[in-house]
Amino acid sequence: MGLSNKSKEILAGPLSKNNPVIIQMLGICSALAVTSKLEPSIVMAVSVTAVVAFANVIISLLRNTIPNRIRIIVQLVVVAALVTIVSEVLKAFAFDVNKQLSVFVGLIITNCILMGRLEAFALGNGPWESFLDGLGNGLGYGIILVIIGFFRELLGSGTLLGFQVIPEVFYQWGYVNNGLMILPPMALIVVAVIIWVHRARNKDLQEN
Amino acid sequence: MNRDSNIYTILYASVMVVLVAVVLAFTSQSLKSFQKENEENDKRQQILRSINVQVSANEAKAKFGELIEDSFLVDEQGAKVEGDAFAADVVKAFEKHTYPVFVARVDGQVKYIMALSGAGLWGALWGYISVNDDRNTIYGADFSHAGETPGLGAEIVLPTFSGRFAGKRIFIENEFKSVAIVKPGKSAAGQDYVDGISGGTITSQGVDKMIFDSLHGYVRFLTSQNQ
Repeated sequence: MGLSNKSKEILAGPLSKNNPVIIQMLGICSALAVTSKLEPSIVMAVSVTAVVAFANVIISLLRNTIPNRIRIIVQLVVVAALVTIVSEVLKAFAFDVNKQLSVFVGLIITNCILMGRLEAFALGNGPWESFLDGLGNGLGYGIILVIIGFFRELLGSGTLLGFQVIPEVFYQWGYVNNGLMILPPMALIVVAVIIWVHRARNKDLQEN
Repeated sequence: MNRDSNIYTILYASVMVVLVAVVLAFTSQSLKSFQKENEENDKRQQILRSINVQVSANEAKAKFGELIEDSFLVDEQGAKVEGDAFAADVVKAFEKHTYPVFVARVDGQVKYIMALSGAGLWGALWGYISVNDDRNTIYGADFSHAGETPGLGAEIVLPTFSGRFAGKRIFIENEFKSVAIVKPGKSAAGQDYVDGISGGTITSQGVDKMIFDSLHGYVRFLTSQNQ
């Protein structure tokens, strides 16, 4: 099934030119908290993508029935229900990762990307576009998380997904893991470096 | 229908809440057995870690069955009472003044594992501590927490902290002393002690108090067969 140009734009925009993390600066909190290892970063990315895509669809389907005065509450209930389902599924099938993510699964509810997409997009667009928008924004958030998680785990622990990738011989030559990479401030610095690279490649995004 | 009327709003909210409740209840019920299995394996892993055995969740059940010979609840007098030590919720068991004990055999040696329960800075702390068959010298320990600060108090889960307890004595000259947790570099008079976590003072104090309070209930159990 081919996507129309508009759909492609909705899906691909948030991956780069309109990325929720590195352009809109949303969702930074969880990007700091869960990215010290690659695996929780991936699980968090998938969880947020699922929640934002389905919340967008549900709100879009309901958009003509939602009473205006309680629309934020309705959005919150939908998001909270989806997050609870995600959390229960993780507890059943990915117990260890769920323990690592701890409160941050529940805190997906407060991720500003979600409420932002629901309020700005799903309330005014059809379910298919809303689904693509949710998917795009979830992936745009996720790709940044995965990049940060990749570098923090590689440089901080010398492993990827728990497997040793930096050969033992490097350590014998005097290489040491950078413990600072595990700490939250390095996530911010990695985000900043990603933004730097991204803006250097896209001159039109640079502010004067 | 007028979407801004009060009746519509109230009806909308009520229907939505009921629907969401049904969906969540269904999800919770259908996943319950998987979650319970995971929690039990997690508990088995914790108990095994307290006798210095690291296993993955999949192997936990088999290894637990192999190493743990017996489990029972004791009361404050050290006598066995009715109940399932593994299924018992430690907090509730302590409230009823019953104390879970697991008996393990490691390399032919008997180890007694006792449950711990207390509070840290942000929430609950719990753990397991094992002693040699002299019922005094600590063989191993494992700590868990609900939400201590990552990098500070949360460091209590690491083997670098729990490993400090091995070889420490709970009784000095037949008197219950527990094991103190002190600021790194300090010492405690008249009892064995280990270094706490730098920057995790409240959590360290919580662990100290947890060990004292929890083991206090086991004193008669630990001393009754020494005489």
